[in-house]
Amino acid sequence: MDALVSINWVLLAASLMVAATPILLAATGELVVERAGVLNLGVEGMMILGAISGFAVGVRTGAPILGFAAAALAGAALSLLFGLLTQILLSNQVATGLALTLFGLGLSALLGQGYVGIKTPVLADWNVPVLSDIPVIGPVLFRHDPILYLSLLLVAGVWAFLRHTRAGLILRAVGESHDAAHALGYRVVAIRLAAIAFGGALAGMGGAYISLVRVPQWTEGMTAGAGWIALAIVVFASWKPWRVLLGAYLFGGIAVLQLNLQAAGLKVPVEILSMSPYLVTILVLVIISSDRSRAALSAPAALGRTFHASS
Amino acid sequence: MIRLEKRPSPSQGWTAATPLLAVALTMLAGGAMFALLGKDPLAAIRTIFWDPLFGEFAWYFRGQLLVKGGPLILIAIGLSLGFRAGIWNIGAEGQYIMGALAGAGLGLALYPDAGRWVFPLMVAAGAAGGWAWAMIPAILKVRFRTNEILVSLLLVYVAQNLLASAALGWLRNPEGAGFPGSRNLSQWPAAANPELIPGTGMHWGVVAAFLAVIGAHVLLSRHQLGYHIRLAGQAPRAARFAGVSPGRLTVFCMGVSGALAGMAGLFEVTGPAGQISIDFASGYGFTAIIVAFLGRLHPVGILLAGLLMALTYVGGDNAATNLGLPAAAIQAFQGMLLFFLLSVDVLTNYRIRFGRREIA
Repeated sequence: MDALVSINWVLLAASLMVAATPILLAATGELVVERAGVLNLGVEGMMILGAISGFAVGVRTGAPILGFAAAALAGAALSLLFGLLTQILLSNQVATGLALTLFGLGLSALLGQGYVGIKTPVLADWNVPVLSDIPVIGPVLFRHDPILYLSLLLVAGVWAFLRHTRAGLILRAVGESHDAAHALGYRVVAIRLAAIAFGGALAGMGGAYISLVRVPQWTEGMTAGAGWIALAIVVFASWKPWRVLLGAYLFGGIAVLQLNLQAAGLKVPVEILSMSPYLVTILVLVIISSDRSRAALSAPAALGRTFHASS
Repeated sequence: MIRLEKRPSPSQGWTAATPLLAVALTMLAGGAMFALLGKDPLAAIRTIFWDPLFGEFAWYFRGQLLVKGGPLILIAIGLSLGFRAGIWNIGAEGQYIMGALAGAGLGLALYPDAGRWVFPLMVAAGAAGGWAWAMIPAILKVRFRTNEILVSLLLVYVAQNLLASAALGWLRNPEGAGFPGSRNLSQWPAAANPELIPGTGMHWGVVAAFLAVIGAHVLLSRHQLGYHIRLAGQAPRAARFAGVSPGRLTVFCMGVSGALAGMAGLFEVTGPAGQISIDFASGYGFTAIIVAFLGRLHPVGILLAGLLMALTYVGGDNAATNLGLPAAAIQAFQGMLLFFLLSVDVLTNYRIRFGRREIA
């Protein structure tokens, strides 16, 4: 019990949001991609490439915000490679996504050669006037960096886009039945490529959030499965934006809690604590997928299927 | 106007030719990448692909080829069965680690027994460890329809943490002066997996890999189960109507790939690696995915692809020492190979037509 008492719960709640943001960004992007009917398993690869590009540009220019822009570009560029292969050359999406991850890990390690052990200028926190002075709630909610607020805005934006706009309706139609959407005259491939690029940009920014804000440093393979957890959270969320937020923050909470317990010297081996986020993710996946009606109803019907206009 | 026209059935010629085309394209793109890194591309390609086979020190490198190729082939053969049936086990890295831990754990429990049965028992435990680890995503998929891709991959991170706790704690060498890492298994004759013919790199793991190639070939071309695997991948609905149980197929394919990956881990820990250490996992489980695809999910193809991929490892080491090429460049190179392979695959399944399409 001593370990639990010694934890500063206000600080923990604040760092929970920071820990959740990389996954929230990547999962929000992947949600849009999957709603368009494309399964991009390369999230991990795009995140790690975003992490190194963002870090490198952040160090070179001294402006972390430029790093985020570079990370978004790098993530989108890598995702368009996936788009080219799966949408135009009609390759298998699962295999291509895996290739993207393997390639991204290798390329980022290569690019990151000169950046190990370097410090980066950190993104300044943006204290919301007045609100940040409220006790407890202030430090938890209103003393964060702009990217964290942006990630929340993006969730709201994606929700509104999918639910209330015509373009969002078309994107969902493409994801439910690409043949019907094609017959109606929508350009399935172009819409999917746009969704893929958006997902790549967000995954890249999520990676950069790890290397520029959360850690902030560059080490090889530093995303450590965050991309895979983001994919799992999209399933957990039943492809709904607000549930992605819930899932990411739940995961962030576990990640931060286990780190705090490690630091507080709880009598549980460190390795057990560090594997707990992955175990919890698996457990949550099992619970969600065991509900037959829900899982089957909410997945986009054309998810992962190759579109080829044969007629 | 260029457009694609689906072939009635995949082209036989292109099926064989696309891997070669992909390798050629990768060499071009890889050469460009090496040039960007400030290395002479021709020298880099020669150092990676030619010198290990025919250069001055080829006698050493040729042995390394089998050492690296053995585990890749063994793991990829198992993965290919599942991939053919549309069952995606991408957590072979975790099964590889768990096989090594289970086998080494059993062996170290028997230390210092000198019986001849120690090594075979360890191999069996290694296979069982990998099998059990693969059964987690398999059973979750069958019982709860949980996505096996995500579960098997997430379990890799769990296995890596278990590996770290074993190397630092419960499998640490009691006579190792507190250093991390287990007893050296390769120096304990009863558990060692030595080089069988000096200079060739041939060890029991390589033998097992060759046996797996033959076994998979027989299974896929001569056995009903192999037919079911191919059927389930190409026409899942037809397979269900024909009475193929998707659940049993999942358990079988995941089980075999897990057991083979676990054995690969055990052969590695008792041979080339020698001991359980924190950095024991070397990514064979992930590279084997590339090997399986490069080999067209065909046993003989995987054998050749495994040797080629081993060559990039060996040649990459060579280039790292001689040209100062970063080790990560080889990883990017291998990823690139898979990209090119997947993109030229379009030629196998589609015809490219030029000109306007005529109105039917």
